[in-house]
Amino acid sequence: MKLPPFEYACPATLGEAVALLAGHSGEAKPLAGGQSLMPMMAFRIAQPSLLVDLRKLPGLKEIKIGADGVRLGALVRWRDILDDKRLVAAHPLLRDAVSHVAHYQIRNRGTVGGSCAHADPASEMPGIAQTCEAEISVMGKGGARTIKAADFFKGALTTALEPDEIITEIHLPAWPAARRWGFQEFARRRGDFAMAGVALYYDVDGGNVKNAHIGVIGVGDCQRRLPKAEAALNGNAVDDALAVKVGEAAAAEVDPQDDIHASSAYRRALTGTLAERALKAAAARSTA
Amino acid sequence: MTTKFEVNGKQVSVEVEPRLTLADCLRHELRLTGTHIGCEHGVCGACTVLVDGEAVRSCLILAVQAEGSKVVTVEGLSNDSDLTPLQKCFRKHHALQCGFCTPGFITTAHALLTEEPDCDADRVREVLSGNICRCTGYISIVEAVLDARQFYKGQAAKK
Repeated sequence: MKLPPFEYACPATLGEAVALLAGHSGEAKPLAGGQSLMPMMAFRIAQPSLLVDLRKLPGLKEIKIGADGVRLGALVRWRDILDDKRLVAAHPLLRDAVSHVAHYQIRNRGTVGGSCAHADPASEMPGIAQTCEAEISVMGKGGARTIKAADFFKGALTTALEPDEIITEIHLPAWPAARRWGFQEFARRRGDFAMAGVALYYDVDGGNVKNAHIGVIGVGDCQRRLPKAEAALNGNAVDDALAVKVGEAAAAEVDPQDDIHASSAYRRALTGTLAERALKAAAARSTA
Repeated sequence: MTTKFEVNGKQVSVEVEPRLTLADCLRHELRLTGTHIGCEHGVCGACTVLVDGEAVRSCLILAVQAEGSKVVTVEGLSNDSDLTPLQKCFRKHHALQCGFCTPGFITTAHALLTEEPDCDADRVREVLSGNICRCTGYISIVEAVLDARQFYKGQAAKK
């Protein structure tokens, strides 16, 4: 369908953009890549009265890699992440997850900030933000603030963002070189929304797992970590039997929805299988 | 509002409503009807065009967002006199039947082969997964794109 009518502004500074949002009493939306917002508008799920195009805002397109981790400017596109060879070492889990995002053409436009603001339960970036305990920096009329991922994502298409706030940066904590990780997701067609996906990583101390992080996407109404599955993994040496056990713990811990794509029982079983595969992949990667 | 950008090497200035997509702007304002519109919500890939050399879905971009960029449509990838090497490969491998999706496949394949003339079959399939074709079953399209790689290798070297 054609888009409903709206006004359009393309400010040159972050301050102007925030002022435009604040001046439209919740009826305005920031426009980054538009790869989720435009379909939402075509379907009349979103009908903003004003779109504030962020493309001219300076300093939001950089990927900064330092001792404290990876800082993704809000306008960094999927393509920029996949093209940045530094991330192979600096955050391999992020790169692998992003390679599953939508399709080629979408990856040329879609942004990390847009994806987090949209907060689709099946989206990879919010899942990585949750799993990796990212911090999300935003700017609004009340000034700048930084929100932990666990407090930022509230549910399906729902975040802690105020209507006048714009995401400026997503900070992923530093990634130790020896860290082990796996990412698995399943969709019927490559690039489609995941029916379920699992991101995990852990560090190894004396042959045993510590600091296990396991996150799930596409299951239930929000990306989330699975503390019981993490507890099943922590303190143990990874072998096939443990992978099965962690998979079972993950399956038991999720609360999957029924919809036209898959039943709740199927999604639960899929989550367990993907967690098991992700853990096996992490262990295999470490010995390579 | 007025938006100015380049289309197929020519500067254009168009008076548009903000809600007009680049796809509709190309077709209705600029009469470049080679860009086809299938789903209008970013799923089918038929409306793929190049913006600053990158393949994007023109139904998911506003015409006003294209301000200042270089747009290339399927018309910009053709010759007047003869088929291009990529088009010849599509013909040779019967990579189309009804042809509705073909402009999207040609623009997407052109962007891919320009950047990655050495791509393998897996990569071609992965990239083309963003375009829907209801006629061919895709195998002939993948074969055409793989065959066309040879014509892009020299070009990449020149850049």
